[in-house]
Amino acid sequence: MTVLEQSGSYHLAPPPAWRPRRDPAPLLPDQEPYRLLGTGAQLDGDLLLELYGRLVRGRRYNQQATALTKQGRLAVYPSSTGQEAAEVAAAMALREQDWLFPSYRDTLAAVARGLDPVEVLSLLRGDWHSGYDPRASRVAPLSTPLATQLPHAVGLAHAARLKGDDVVALAMVGDGGTSEGDFHEALNFAAVWQAPVVFLVQNNGFAISVPLAKQTAAPSLAHKGVGYGMPGRLVDGNDAAAVHQVLGEAVERARRGEGPSLVEAVTYRVDAHTNADDATRYREAAEVEAWREHDPVALMERELRSRELLDDEGARRTAESAEEMARDLRERMNRDPELQPMELFEHVFEHRTPQLEQQARQLRAELDAEHDASAAPGAADHSGSTKGDS
Amino acid sequence: MSTATGASVNAGTGGEAAPAAEARRPQAARKPSTMAQALNRALRDSLAEDPSVHVLGEDVGALGGVFRVTDGLTKEFGEDRCTDTPLAEAGILGTAVGMAMYGLRPVVEMQFDAFAYPAFEQLVSHVSRMRNRTRGRLPMPITVRVPYGGGIGGVEHHSDSSEAYYMATPGLHVVTPATVADAYGLLRRSIASDDPVLFLEPKRLYWSKADWSPEQPESVPEIGRACVRRAGTSATLVTYGPSLPVCMEAAEAAARDEGWDLEVVDLRSLVPFDEETVVESVRRTGRAVVVHESAGFAGPGGELAARIGERCFHYLEAPVLRVSGFDIPYPPPMLEKHHLPDVDRILDAVSRLQWESEWRAGGTPEGGVR
Ligand SMILES: Cc1ncc(C[n+]2csc(CCOP(=O)(O)OP(=O)(O)O)c2C)c(N)n1
Ligand SMILES: [Mg+2]
Repeated sequence: MTVLEQSGSYHLAPPPAWRPRRDPAPLLPDQEPYRLLGTGAQLDGDLLLELYGRLVRGRRYNQQATALTKQGRLAVYPSSTGQEAAEVAAAMALREQDWLFPSYRDTLAAVARGLDPVEVLSLLRGDWHSGYDPRASRVAPLSTPLATQLPHAVGLAHAARLKGDDVVALAMVGDGGTSEGDFHEALNFAAVWQAPVVFLVQNNGFAISVPLAKQTAAPSLAHKGVGYGMPGRLVDGNDAAAVHQVLGEAVERARRGEGPSLVEAVTYRVDAHTNADDATRYREAAEVEAWREHDPVALMERELRSRELLDDEGARRTAESAEEMARDLRERMNRDPELQPMELFEHVFEHRTPQLEQQARQLRAELDAEHDASAAPGAADHSGSTKGDS
Repeated sequence: MSTATGASVNAGTGGEAAPAAEARRPQAARKPSTMAQALNRALRDSLAEDPSVHVLGEDVGALGGVFRVTDGLTKEFGEDRCTDTPLAEAGILGTAVGMAMYGLRPVVEMQFDAFAYPAFEQLVSHVSRMRNRTRGRLPMPITVRVPYGGGIGGVEHHSDSSEAYYMATPGLHVVTPATVADAYGLLRRSIASDDPVLFLEPKRLYWSKADWSPEQPESVPEIGRACVRRAGTSATLVTYGPSLPVCMEAAEAAARDEGWDLEVVDLRSLVPFDEETVVESVRRTGRAVVVHESAGFAGPGGELAARIGERCFHYLEAPVLRVSGFDIPYPPPMLEKHHLPDVDRILDAVSRLQWESEWRAGGTPEGGVR
C-alpha cells in the first residue's frame, strides 16, 4: 500500500507551521442532484404556480428570440431552451438590491429579473453592446469572455460588504467556463474574502461541441467548492422548485455573512449552442430526446396537474400571457433600432482625446456627405437605378 | 552606458505650470525624496482624502510592496483599504472591476511589468471598454500601477517595457512619470480620474532623488500634457519615463561636445498623446529623434514618428529617427547595457539627422552613402 493508495494517520507531530484548517466534509455535495418535484415533498402551491408561469413565458421567450434570428432581427441567439428553470430561479433568488452577473446565455435571467427584453437583446441585435443600465437594474452587462464576469461579482460583493450594505451577488457561468482561470481565481478570492457571492454553474452538458468529460475529471463541478473552502451543492437544474430552494438558501446564507457557495445545476442544452451551430455533428438525437422527457416546463406542469393546482383552462391562460409577451417583443424588435454613429466616440473616455476629436469630425463629415448625397435632387432616381443594376 | 539617476531632470522645474503655481503658495518645506517615496505619499494622500480609494496587490501590506511604494499604508488605513490579495493578477484586476462597478476607486499594484500579463484579458475585455459598452453608465476609475523597464539588473521577466500593448488598447490612459514631482502629481491625477489609467513606474528611477514637497496635484498639469524639459533649437528628442534622464544627459553632452542645442520633450502621458507640444517643438527645430526602451518594431516610436511625419512634413530637415531597445526578448542582466538606449546611441542618431548638405546629395539616414 502506498500513501497515494491509502492515507492514514501518522502518529507523529506535524511539521511546525502546519495545523488542521477546516473539516471538508460539510463542504462536499451529495452524490445525487437535489430534487423536489415528484418526491411528494411539502411545497407551496402559489410558488409552484408562479414558477410555472415564469417557465412558460421563459420558454416562449426563447422560441421568439430564436425566430428573430431567422428574420434577421438578431445577429445571433444562444438559447436557454431546456434551462429555463435555472434561469428563472436565479432571478427569483435575488432581492431588489442584489446584483446578477449573467453570461451571454442568460438573457432570460435578466428578463426574468424584470428588464425590458428589447434592452437585454441589444448585444445580440448589435445596436449597442449593452442596452440596459447596469446600475439601475443591478444586472451586470452580459459577459461573453467566459468566466471573466465571476471576479467582477466577487469584487462588487466585497465592495458592498466593506460599505456595510446588504447586497448579494449571484454570478452565472457554464460548465465549460469552469475550466477557465478566472473561475478559479474568482472562487478563491470569494472564499478568502468571505464575499457574499453565489456562483451558479449551469452544467448543460456541452461547451459548444465539447462534452463535460473532456472538460474536467472532478467527481462533479460542485465538488470544486471544497478546494476553495466553500460548500458545493448539486441540484437538478430542470426542477424549478429545487433550484429555487437551493439558490434561495445560498443567497440568504451569503446575506447572513456566512460566505460564498457554489451551486451546480445539472441541466441540458436542448437547442444547438446558438442558431449558427449544428449540434448534429457532435451529439445523438436520442440523447436530446431523453432530456425532453425531463423538460423543466413539463416537469412543473405534471407536478401542478397531479396536485390539481392546474387545469386546461389555467394552462391556456398561462400560454396566452406568454403569447402576449412574445407578440410585444416581436413587434418592438421588428422596428429598426435608431442608430447613433456619433455616439461611438462619446464613451471611450470621460473626455475625448484630441485624436478622437479629430476622428469624430471625420465621421461627422462622412455622415453629412452621405446625407447630402441622399437628399440631393435626383438622388432617389440614382438609388433606384442602382437597385435595378444589382 | 548611461546610468543616469534622474537628478539632473529633477533639479529643473517640472511642468510649464509649476513656477506660477509655486509663487502663489507659501513655500512648503522641500526635502530630499525618492520617486518611490513620492508615489507612496501620493497613495497616502489619496487614501486619506477619498474613502472610496482602495489599494490592492501582492505584498502591499506588511511588506509595503517589493519596491516599498505601499510602505505603511495598511498600518495607517487598515487591511480593508490596503489589501494583500491572493496571488492572482487577473483576479486582482477582475475584482477591482467589480469594486469600481460598486463605486469604489481601486488602485491595483502589479508586482512587475511581466507579471501584469495574466491581467491582460480583464484589462482589454473589461477595464478598457466597460464605459463604452454601457454607454457611459459604468465608468472604470481604476489605476493599475505597473513597475516597468530595465536597467536594474533584473533577471528574466523583471525588465519588460510593455507600454505598446497598453497604448494599442482603446479606452486606456497610459501615464508614465519621469521625475519625482511628476510621480506624485500624475499618480494623484490618475487616481482621481474616472477613466482607467495604466500607470507605468520606471523602476530604475524609483530611487532617483529630488528636493520636493508634496504639492497640490493641480500644480501638475492634467493627464495628457507633455512638457519641454530642456529648451533647444537644433533638434527635438521625444521621450518619456526611464529614457528621460538618458536624453537629458545626451543633450548636455551634445551641447558640450558637438555644439548641438537639443530640445527634450517628456511626454508624461502616452495616451492621451500631447501631439501639439511635440508638433510645435519639431516644427521649430526641424529635426526629431524618438527615444524609448521598448522594442522598436511596432513600438511607441513608430506611432510618434508617423504623427510627426504627418504634421511636420514641410518643416522637417531629415526623416524622424528612432532609438529604441532592439527587437529581442529582454536580455539577461549582464547584457542589458547593449540593449538599452544610451547617450552614445542617441548622439549617433542625432548625428544622422542630415546636418551636412552632402546628406541631401545622396547620404542615407542609416549612415553611409548611397
Ligand atoms: C474566453 C473565451 N474563450 C472562448 C469563447 C468562445 N465560446 C463561447 S461560448 C463557448 C462554450 C462555453 O460553454 P459553457 O461554459 O459550458 O457555456 P454554455 O455555452 O454551454 O452556456 C465558447 C468556447 C469565449 N466566449 N470566451
Ligand atoms: Mg455548457
